[in-house]
Amino acid sequence: MRSGRSADLVLGLLLLAAAALVATPLLAQGSPFGGAPAPSGFSAWLLAKQAEFYRMLAATVRAAKTDGSAAVWLVWLSFLYGVFHAAGPGHGKAVISSYLVADGSTYRRGVALSVAAALLQAIVAIAVVGVLSVMLGATGRAMNLTVRVIELAAYGLIVAFGLLLVWRKGGAFLQARAAWRGTGHDHDHHHGHSHSHGHDHGDDHAHGPEPGELKGRGWLKRGATAVVAVGLRPCSGAILVLVFAWSQGIFLIGVVATLVMALGTAITVTAIATLAVTGRAFAERLARTRSGGTAVMLILGLEVAGAVLIVVFGAALITGLMVSERMLPV
Amino acid sequence: MAIDCRPFILGALLLFGATAADAHPHVWMTFKSEVVYGPNGALVAVRHVWTFDEMFSTFATQGLDKNNDGKLSRDELAELAEVNVSSLKEFDYFTVAKAGGKQVAFDPPVDYWLEYADSQLTLHFTLPVKAGAASPGEVALDVYDPTYFVAFNFAESDPVKLVSAPAACKLEVLRSGASNLASQGLSESFFNGLTAGSSFGAQFANRIIVRC
Repeated sequence: MRSGRSADLVLGLLLLAAAALVATPLLAQGSPFGGAPAPSGFSAWLLAKQAEFYRMLAATVRAAKTDGSAAVWLVWLSFLYGVFHAAGPGHGKAVISSYLVADGSTYRRGVALSVAAALLQAIVAIAVVGVLSVMLGATGRAMNLTVRVIELAAYGLIVAFGLLLVWRKGGAFLQARAAWRGTGHDHDHHHGHSHSHGHDHGDDHAHGPEPGELKGRGWLKRGATAVVAVGLRPCSGAILVLVFAWSQGIFLIGVVATLVMALGTAITVTAIATLAVTGRAFAERLARTRSGGTAVMLILGLEVAGAVLIVVFGAALITGLMVSERMLPV
Repeated sequence: MAIDCRPFILGALLLFGATAADAHPHVWMTFKSEVVYGPNGALVAVRHVWTFDEMFSTFATQGLDKNNDGKLSRDELAELAEVNVSSLKEFDYFTVAKAGGKQVAFDPPVDYWLEYADSQLTLHFTLPVKAGAASPGEVALDVYDPTYFVAFNFAESDPVKLVSAPAACKLEVLRSGASNLASQGLSESFFNGLTAGSSFGAQFANRIIVRC
């Protein structure tokens, strides 16, 4: 149990870090005068690089109109744009990561979800520009309104999905707690065998479900819901590039660039998602150093926290407390 | 037992991933400003000329060429100008002004219009100072987006002009970016001029200082 103490400490810190992960974007993006890193030469440099890159992207779209090699260059730039752009808000990193913490996942699933979400974002952007600009000749304003409606639907879906997860995970947590209480939470049995220890709490079925047991069931459906909730909202960067490509008469090249951009986005989102899977696996391993009942409680607690985070993100996005990607109103 | 430090590293990575590049601009703005003085030698208005980047300009103007002549007239852009100006209120026109160390309040913009040239959209508007809102003394003006979705940059040449200012007035222009502040040194006027202060976008503020 001595080692259990420090495991507790570490797990607590990990949860704190997770909480900070939530709080930071809320603060940084929430109030216009919210939390702020100190000025540094590095951010100024970064800004200059971004400006340069953005100008290059626009110039390359222009050049791609007449120059085939510029089109190849454009696809490459779009890929890079995807990688870096996804580091900004609005690409579902927070929601996907929370989901992966809440539901548990293998690395492969984490990658699959991230890639699917990024591709869906690109497809929605292509559909929005394809229908509104290319087919209907709509205004930027009409496009903004459309995106706003899609956004609200997506955010609503995030909240609903989060609530569903809270319900499931919360139920499992309460069940486990009842079972744990029943055992008088004896700390003396050895690690990781919540089903095999034999003290007399009467009914074996009082045990809640093991987190691992839940992991497998219905994950595909839940994963798909997460992908739709995150991917429904088109990426603003993709829309800008697509509209510009269309204005230059090379919409199809824009479509290719957008899909490649999504691959870049997927890489960044995957990296964050992988961190979430690693974090969860690590927390799980730490928890397993405690007695069976306690371990289950800790892990299910983490899952509930992840599910609650999804609801918080969704609500913050709807209320505008958490800015996704802002476009100047036109 | 030795404390395993991996969770700390992991936490740090998560934090870094969440904040490092969180905010980045989606709109790049090049701008010029005029600082207008009244007969009593106090600040009466700020005239802005903001030029949007090419991609955003294309996005914003699509579908507006109603007569399909390939040009966008001031009329065709009038509605958009209206929307721009009224929605800029929410962001306080990205303009923070202090006169004599006190915050200056602005009335809603007047004389606003959009023009389109060389694939770029330019918004002209005048921010009148609320009657009696400007104390005499040094004027400090910041133009920036605290949430940093819009990157503001002074135009290359003659970004700021003084209009009807007393002859003794001297203009100082600090371009955005920390390196400028460093090379200027943190003068007293810098601290006096600190406005929205410690927000993330503030480090990219473009500062205009007028001392008379």
